[in-house]
Amino acid sequence: MSRSTAADHARTLARFQDAFTRALFVDAADPTDDATIAPLRSQLGFAVYRNTVIKGCIDALLANYPAVARLVGDEWMRAAAAFHARHAPPSQPCLVDYGEGFAGFLAGFPPAAGLPYLPDVAWLDRLWTEAHLAADEPPLEAARVASLTEAELANAVLTPHASARWAWFDRHPALSIWRHSRAGAAGPADDGAAFEPAWQAEGALLVRTGDAVVSMALDRAECAFLDACAGMKRLGECAAAALAADPAADLAASMARLLRAGAFTRLHVPCPPPEELPT
Amino acid sequence: MALSAGLGLKPDHFDAALECSADGLWFEVHPENYMAAGGPRPAWLRAIRARHPVALHGVGLSLAADADPDPVHLERLASLARQIEPALVSEHLAWSAWRGIYLPDLLPIPRTRAALARIAANVGRAQERLGRRIAIENPAHYLRIEGHEFDEIGFLSELARHSGCGVLLDVNNVFVSANNLGFDAAAWIDAFPGALVDEIHLAGHSRDPVHGEALLIDTHDAPVDEAVWALYRRLVARIGLRPTLIERDDNLPAFDALLDERARAHAILDAASQRGAALPEAAR
Repeated sequence: MSRSTAADHARTLARFQDAFTRALFVDAADPTDDATIAPLRSQLGFAVYRNTVIKGCIDALLANYPAVARLVGDEWMRAAAAFHARHAPPSQPCLVDYGEGFAGFLAGFPPAAGLPYLPDVAWLDRLWTEAHLAADEPPLEAARVASLTEAELANAVLTPHASARWAWFDRHPALSIWRHSRAGAAGPADDGAAFEPAWQAEGALLVRTGDAVVSMALDRAECAFLDACAGMKRLGECAAAALAADPAADLAASMARLLRAGAFTRLHVPCPPPEELPT
Repeated sequence: MALSAGLGLKPDHFDAALECSADGLWFEVHPENYMAAGGPRPAWLRAIRARHPVALHGVGLSLAADADPDPVHLERLASLARQIEPALVSEHLAWSAWRGIYLPDLLPIPRTRAALARIAANVGRAQERLGRRIAIENPAHYLRIEGHEFDEIGFLSELARHSGCGVLLDVNNVFVSANNLGFDAAAWIDAFPGALVDEIHLAGHSRDPVHGEALLIDTHDAPVDEAVWALYRRLVARIGLRPTLIERDDNLPAFDALLDERARAHAILDAASQRGAALPEAAR
């Protein structure tokens, strides 16, 4: 085979894959169809590939967003998922991690406008997935914190656990809705009892302890505290950030709650700056 | 102990699978479902591996794409393989990723000389990174594609010769493809070079809801069809014992029902090995 013929052949496979991919996502015959694709589209079997690809994406979004699916029903969810998958198909083959942009998509999806809390619920589903897949790390023991002097503590850096995810929802009781929906998604159908959460802002922490991801309500100060910890700030600055969010915050109680939840993995006490060393 | 008949492992059956002690049993998983940094998924697989041999059957390397395998995905596969020490590793003669998009299916190619060179290089790269031979599966076919320069057996044989890979022969895919494209499944099975076969897959299929018998689909949502069992017996009688997997991904029955199907494959392998057909063709 001559060099130029070999190059033509090589381009042919890439061209075939370009055209085939386009044909998977476009329903009607595409005027730009490659000559190799038009005869494939006209066969019964082409729909098998098209259906399998979109079904794989939809099934993954249903599995990864169970609280959203429970709130909107299967038919609505499958339609929204198909729409999302066409615009944001998976970028890698681990579908358990697919759909990272679904909450943002729902926020701009006109048919979802009647359920303004839906993007926040989707975000909690996403945080659950991230916590579920995160690396294993031992949680920080409360005793390690208790062993420090007050000066050491103010100077220390607390590292959130690899699985810890948190968010503040200032418009909706997103955690309450999410928990209620998840419980329904996992168990039998609703018993018909009205679900009427107090309509207020909520914060949430999701963290994996053992195999299970558990959720805990957070107040605004605790969210600000965790944000500061994730920014590698010293504990004194983290406490200031929490108090700025809520001057009445009980930091000692919050710290104890977060430690019990396993929200941290490491505590690092940096060496004091040189000017503080004894001369 | 040689691998006999195994089962595709589904999370619903995890506890039953862990406790099961059937002779020669092994399990196969899609590694993509266990590629987490931590947490329960890799832990489940390690627990199963502590009791049973495990095979990794990938769907994401996209070896038939006209592109290098995704280095990140290959790295994650290699990392999982290091933890699990799989008995077998396999992938497909298909593509499923293209220009940064993952397409959750096993897509076809024109079997040209250029495709052969590209895929052999991709398989070689995967084998080099994994430090082992992998087996490449014949996918189910739904389309007549113009421009093939090889038939499927010829292509797989050349791929094995160029890359040193083995073949995972999916008997259900042969049956489905023969039906859809109009060739003789038994003749295909009889012509396949037995020495290349590292593993065999058996699964159920369905008729297309609209087109019926004219279009069979490799759905893995039903028991293995009797016609596929017949092809399997024919293959094993000729080439001898090979690790054989019952795949079931949808419409999942109780674990015991899958164990019954698995026992049927085990009995066929047992009978073949007692007839002394276990030697590779070349050695007889």
